[in-house]
Amino acid sequence: MKALVWHGKQDIRCDRVSDPEIEDPRDAIIKVTSCAICGSDLHLFHNLIPAMLPGDIMGHEMMGEVVEVGSTAKNALRKGDRIVVPFTIICGECDQCKRGNFSVCERTNRKKALADKVFGHTTAGLFGYTHLTGGYPGGQAEYLRVPFADATHIKVPPQLSDEQALFLGDILPTGWQAAAQCDIAPTDIVAIWGCGPVGQMAIRSAMLLGARTVVAIDHLPERLSMAEAAGAITIDFMQDSVVGRLNDLTDGKGPDKCIDAVGLEAHVSPAQPDSVLDRAKQMLMLENDRPHVLREMIYVCRPAGVISVPGVYSGLVDKLPLGMAMNKGLTFRMGQTHVNRWTDDLLRRIEEGQIDPSFVITHTVRLEDGPEMYRVFRDKQDSCIKVVLKP
Amino acid sequence: MTILARAADRARSAREPRILETGRSSLRGPDRLARGLGWFSIALGVIELLGARRLARAFGMQGAEWLIRSYGVREIASGLGALSINPASGIASRIGGDGLDLLTLMAANCRTRKQRDNVELALLAVAGVSLLDLYCHQELSSLHQRRGTARDYRDRSGFPNGKPKLE
Repeated sequence: MKALVWHGKQDIRCDRVSDPEIEDPRDAIIKVTSCAICGSDLHLFHNLIPAMLPGDIMGHEMMGEVVEVGSTAKNALRKGDRIVVPFTIICGECDQCKRGNFSVCERTNRKKALADKVFGHTTAGLFGYTHLTGGYPGGQAEYLRVPFADATHIKVPPQLSDEQALFLGDILPTGWQAAAQCDIAPTDIVAIWGCGPVGQMAIRSAMLLGARTVVAIDHLPERLSMAEAAGAITIDFMQDSVVGRLNDLTDGKGPDKCIDAVGLEAHVSPAQPDSVLDRAKQMLMLENDRPHVLREMIYVCRPAGVISVPGVYSGLVDKLPLGMAMNKGLTFRMGQTHVNRWTDDLLRRIEEGQIDPSFVITHTVRLEDGPEMYRVFRDKQDSCIKVVLKP
Repeated sequence: MTILARAADRARSAREPRILETGRSSLRGPDRLARGLGWFSIALGVIELLGARRLARAFGMQGAEWLIRSYGVREIASGLGALSINPASGIASRIGGDGLDLLTLMAANCRTRKQRDNVELALLAVAGVSLLDLYCHQELSSLHQRRGTARDYRDRSGFPNGKPKLE
């Protein structure tokens, strides 16, 4: 089969690889019908998250048709079923899964010993996302083995297109969780940094959850226009002072809830000197992440507000004003997404027409064009916001 | 299949997909050239740091070993930049360094008679590498720059039933 394979920093290739096989009775194999390049794939593209190995298959946003089912998985899946695969692999049986904390499933990371050492405790296994989270082959491929498939799936009703359903596996529940964990009240002003795909979903989620005003922050005109389409007030951080504008919009009080949909690769600009210093440190391997957005959110957030972090961070950050956060009484909520906690509700909302996540797709290409699209997406060329690949 | 990918197969289970045939890389010519120049820069920097005395003797620059060492540090920093995810800044820094190297060598050429051959050879080498740096920077900028006008996505609300009512 064909698959997008990681060979090193910024080196993704569409290789011919051997087909996956059933390895466990709980496995299933799907024929991938649609998959996507996620913003967090770019962190792997840039080799900023450790433990990728040459030969690893990329991709954690995918859906397809079940073509083979292990003996135990037959209780939940049949050949021909159309499923979205959540990026977090879940057993459905451990204590964390029973509590709905699916992204920290205790059983699915097959490299648990490594994760225990690095994170303190293991997290769930993830598709195509380093050997720290199990080293499972990803879904930017023609076929995918889904481990723990009896629990790790979302069945798709026939009336929904791939484009409407695909993002149930990652960016839609990620944006939703980011907004949900803000406990949005009808009086809230919610500020969202980053108008990439997760930011776009977070904007729409905050609105559906009843925010009074949503403010979206970015510098790319195409992304800001998509945020405006949803009804958000936009701030171009290359034109305006983010802190100044947010204070103006909130009578000097600051936004009640702040969402970081940027993560470890904040934009580097001389207008934000800390981001230049972070970039230099990152280059010299003195710091893992560039936390400019976190610093800005802590500074501008209203006292007793909430900071929600769906953006991916990988390791150590410097000069985080924790004293400021402590004295302002801020609440931090973060984590990988507990996908299956949200998907029943989100699937219903898609079916009812409350939201159609396909609005975010700007490019649909063949799997073979994937390596080129990684570059286009990274360089923000051709107004690219979301790439869907068709194997 | 690359040697590294084959070695990494040991971290995978026996029945997992293995590379059979490798396709075209997302890395383009200018990216590869920048990497080559990055490693060259680091190697040159190490030589300047550790062999400053010998280089000073070869170019008739005795007493300026500190200057050669500082150029070594600059080369290593530029090399790290060229190997980073935004190599254009590292290559730009190399171009600035090339200018300094040329000026320093020209000054040495005026001062020395004995080692003039060495200095002229070095001048020729630096001029050649400078051209390569300039070409690489131009190609990188053209490959990675944003092109065209930004599209307007104001017709993509994502709310088929209409926008939720805000304030």
